[in-house]
Amino acid sequence: MKKIDAMMSWKEVPLGCHVDRPGSTTDFLTGDWRSQRPVLDKEKCIYCGFCWIFCPEGCYQDQGPEAKVFVADLNYCKGCGICAYECPKQAITMVVEEV
Amino acid sequence: MSKRVGMEVSIAISEAVKMANVDVVAAYPITPQTHIVEHLSELVAEGELDAEFMPVESEHSAMSASLGSAAAGARTFTATSSQGLALMHELMYMAPGLRLPMVMAVANRAVSPPISIWNDHSDIMAERDTGWIQVFAENGQEAFDLTIQAYRIAEHPDVQLPVAVNLDGFTLSHVVEPILLPDQAEVDKFLPPWKPMLQLDPAKPISMGMFGIPEIYFEAKKATDEALVGSQKAIVAIWDEFEKLFGRKYNPIETYKTEGAETILVTMGSISETAMTAVDQMRDQGIPVGLVRIRLWRPFPDKEFKAAVKGAKKLGVIDRCLTLGSHANPVGQEVRSLLYQEKDRPYVFNFALGIGGRDVTRADFRYIYDQCQTLAAQGQDRCHMVGVME
Ligand code: SF4
Ligand code: SF4
Repeated sequence: MKKIDAMMSWKEVPLGCHVDRPGSTTDFLTGDWRSQRPVLDKEKCIYCGFCWIFCPEGCYQDQGPEAKVFVADLNYCKGCGICAYECPKQAITMVVEEV
Repeated sequence: MSKRVGMEVSIAISEAVKMANVDVVAAYPITPQTHIVEHLSELVAEGELDAEFMPVESEHSAMSASLGSAAAGARTFTATSSQGLALMHELMYMAPGLRLPMVMAVANRAVSPPISIWNDHSDIMAERDTGWIQVFAENGQEAFDLTIQAYRIAEHPDVQLPVAVNLDGFTLSHVVEPILLPDQAEVDKFLPPWKPMLQLDPAKPISMGMFGIPEIYFEAKKATDEALVGSQKAIVAIWDEFEKLFGRKYNPIETYKTEGAETILVTMGSISETAMTAVDQMRDQGIPVGLVRIRLWRPFPDKEFKAAVKGAKKLGVIDRCLTLGSHANPVGQEVRSLLYQEKDRPYVFNFALGIGGRDVTRADFRYIYDQCQTLAAQGQDRCHMVGVME
């Protein structure tokens, strides 16, 4: 019998497969799916926040008024390229992920 | 003390729902289920039932509202039929999978085209595999009793599943029958208030209906199947308790004159009463025939069914639904596949009868008995449609 690729035994599945830990969806690192990754050129960035607003995954984290930059959390970035497309300064380049 | 009242069966079901003290009724009217929800709306409007009556805009919404209601911990009732049940279809999987107890009456009716408001079992058979507990009533009293029992079953800690109470459209839903109505106090004793095991509560947040990746979906489905198959234990225990309190016995499979029967007819629902009369007549003529009636259709009571037909040489399995494109219909397939591995298995003949409201008489059962004796010799194994004009 080959190895079973399951999270748990059916006996351990919570009643109705419900989830009782709010926010537990962040355990699921959707960044695995990515084929391209956004790379920021800090020199060009004007800290406008378009990338932060447009990212459908909410990946960008505001690094604060000192740093004046938004950084994408690559654990969840799916590589859609929307941030790069929307950036008014072309500060973001999509780079192919090397396997 | 129960009192005997002459009552339309649909009204009796509404009275059962009232006695079960439901919190929410969400339903859309459809023939022949209409009288059930119509009467419930009256009971709520007149203050006889303290419940929320939600006159939703479709059956899809009726089931959606019922799911939300059960998720909030409210005892919930809905009812439908035919196209209405079909419209609920995508939501029919939810209550079993999310383990939300609720009760639905299905006034069984054919599915169009051609448009038919009349009785057969096509509607519920399309929902066979959704995970609902499914029972079939033979008469008005059963429809009443099963409705009350359904809440005890659905809410049992080991069950936590929805229950569909099937009653034949018109032949049951619209006839007036003598019904033994129990006292409210007796019902309250049998059916205490529901204590939900899962509940949407802002103070203790949970998420229901979450994403299931391939590493969990299979296990989640297996858990639901185990619950459904395992529910039979609780169902039987609840029926035993019901018998002690109310004196009426309910079994997953009922037998009638099966002792020494070489041929056994297998039925579900109200035609079983006609079949019993037909069996009486044949027995009077010395014909060794008996009847087995399936009351609990899902989960299917394998052991009890095998025991009920033990010793029979031929089974005439009667379906009220056509499985187009197959050699047999739902009940026929179920029985034949169940018995296939048995060493001493009987011939299993499958018949379709009373489709789309075609009248069913005692003569049909006699004809089916006769066919069971001749079809084997002809080597016929496909479903035989009884009473269709060639
Ligand atoms: S590529 Fe898409 S997912 Fe990744 S950070 Fe940019 S907008 Fe967000
Ligand atoms: S959209 Fe471009 S310029 Fe604006 S904050 Fe993001 S990276 Fe910087």
